[in-house]
Amino acid sequence: MEKLSSKPAGVIIEGVSKSYTVNKSKLVAVNNISFEVPAGTLFGLIGPDGAGKTTLFRMLTTLLLPDAGNIWVDGLNAVADYKALRKKIGYMPGKFSLYTDLTIQENIHFFASLFETSFEENYDLIKEIYEQIAPFKDRRAGQLSGGMKQKLALCCALIHRPSILFLDEPTTGVDAVSRKEFWEILQKLKTEGITILVSTPYMDEASLCDRVALIQDGKIMQIDTPQHIVDHFDKPLYAVKSPKMLPLLKMLEKDAAVLDIYPFGEVHHMVLKSKDSKVNLPEDATMQVIKPNIEDLFIYLMRNHE
Amino acid sequence: MSPLRYILEKEFKQIFRNPAILKTIFILPVIQLIMLPMAADYEIKNINIAVVNNDHGSLSIELVQQITASNYFKLVSYTNGFNTAMESLESDKADLILEIPKDFEKRLFKEKETNLFLAVNAINGVKGSLGAAYLNNIIQTFNQSFRNKELVPGRFSEIPQIQISSSNWYNPKMNYRIFMVPGILVLLVTIVGMNLSSINIVREKEMGTIEQINVTPIQKFHFILGKLIPFWVIGLIVMSVGFIVAWVVYGIIPLGSYFTLYFFAAIYLLVILGIGLLISSYSENQQQAMLVTFFILMIFVLMGGLYTSIDSMPEWAKWFTKLNPISYFIEVMRMVVLKGSSIKDILPQILAMLGYSVVINIWAVLSYHKRS
Repeated sequence: MEKLSSKPAGVIIEGVSKSYTVNKSKLVAVNNISFEVPAGTLFGLIGPDGAGKTTLFRMLTTLLLPDAGNIWVDGLNAVADYKALRKKIGYMPGKFSLYTDLTIQENIHFFASLFETSFEENYDLIKEIYEQIAPFKDRRAGQLSGGMKQKLALCCALIHRPSILFLDEPTTGVDAVSRKEFWEILQKLKTEGITILVSTPYMDEASLCDRVALIQDGKIMQIDTPQHIVDHFDKPLYAVKSPKMLPLLKMLEKDAAVLDIYPFGEVHHMVLKSKDSKVNLPEDATMQVIKPNIEDLFIYLMRNHE
Repeated sequence: MSPLRYILEKEFKQIFRNPAILKTIFILPVIQLIMLPMAADYEIKNINIAVVNNDHGSLSIELVQQITASNYFKLVSYTNGFNTAMESLESDKADLILEIPKDFEKRLFKEKETNLFLAVNAINGVKGSLGAAYLNNIIQTFNQSFRNKELVPGRFSEIPQIQISSSNWYNPKMNYRIFMVPGILVLLVTIVGMNLSSINIVREKEMGTIEQINVTPIQKFHFILGKLIPFWVIGLIVMSVGFIVAWVVYGIIPLGSYFTLYFFAAIYLLVILGIGLLISSYSENQQQAMLVTFFILMIFVLMGGLYTSIDSMPEWAKWFTKLNPISYFIEVMRMVVLKGSSIKDILPQILAMLGYSVVINIWAVLSYHKRS
């Protein structure tokens, strides 16, 4: 692992494992993970469904006990000091989990009072988010749109001014505009000094984080800044295009010079085994060198992991 | 300020926003208390009787007249062949067959004794045995009046006779409603309380809200108490609605004090709600919780002493009813409503419920984990 900056760590994870028993067989959800999140950073945990993101988050937020390993969040041990820790963390689960039969305002006030604080006391922190949903403050949470629910959930997770915020797939099932707005909110929260851990299955969101960890099958594959991660990709990458995309994909898959090819938007991304490899392209196809993004790297790691 | 206050505020808001709960509290008890005691009549009327009369004498006709005049029996067939009567029994038209033998009258006068034959359809056991008992009663009376009228008084007065006369204490007219209504009220309070509490925590699990609660610093004890208190209040409200119905519709006013009843109910509800919360914290979804609650309630209700007397149960069942909170409340309810018992009289039941509630609720708090 790369040497970390001198900043104090927000989260330290040491050799953490967790497995479940499903139908009498053991299922390893998190497999001996270790990493650190520097305080005050926006840290992304990127991985496909079932990679172990939620399990890891539930352990970090004291909801689940790890089978092995140690977790320190904001200097507190997540197992031994869980009571003190709960006052300092904010958690927004992947599934909307506020009271649908209470209004926006009642939900926020209720969670504020459980943390022995008040809406007014920490209003400045959530002001910008709250203002967007304020016109509906007397509407029941169950009658809100997906984007508004998500903003309300963020308000409730922030109302006690946590020092670390855990967001489990906050943008899953949210439209593109709301997603963009949401990431802008996170960037602003970072300037308030809050450490943010966010998990997402969307690769394009990785570039918005300060650091990202790529996770698959309960293991961390790579952990770095998004730029470094992309730099790590040293294979030649091309975008290929032709009027007949599917036959092109089928044909190139069989080509000996091609390491990997996959559909990517309206083109196919093609990874070659080496720079000098020659590919047999059909006449109507075009090929162009492109810069890899984080998704290319992830697919590369996923396919060549074993 | 204690976080309990905020939890209670939230729970009450949720309850009053749920129209189903409000209906359960006010409308259901009224309907049930009016309907059930009216329908659940322990007296059996309209027993269908088939009479086979092989005698046709005036005495046998007099007997049949007495039977049909009693209001309990409806004459469905009157024949002189046993087979036709048997057919009506088999086709379920008749519940009883009374066969009057040939020479009934003659033998009664000459030989001073004769036999009657009685066949009972015992598919509905209660109807069969009660019908037979009623009929026996009528024949006894008939027999007695025949002796007094026809036989020489001197010879029979030599035989000493024991006459039993009974008086019914605490419920002189044997009005079954007086003991059914308070019993049904107990069942209502129990069913409403246990159902509401058993689906509550599990609902938070299903909605995912429990996750959000679990990451807060709130104490388990406060959380459970916040769930218990609203349903405790609702239980007492249901009981009050029930008492009003019992008074307005049936004119039942407890002989003992309302205070004694509420005092006991307050402790009793802790047991019932504790069981509900326990089911809730072990269940994974509302369907599971509802099924388990239904099963437990069914056993509690049927073995609670309202429909079958606990005293006539086998020994092991009697021991089992000691674990059944309903049996305690029904007993207390009858003692206070019919006998006017005071707190001192129901002390054993109070102590049993106190112990029960402590065990169940500690278990409920321990079984709820804020982390897994």
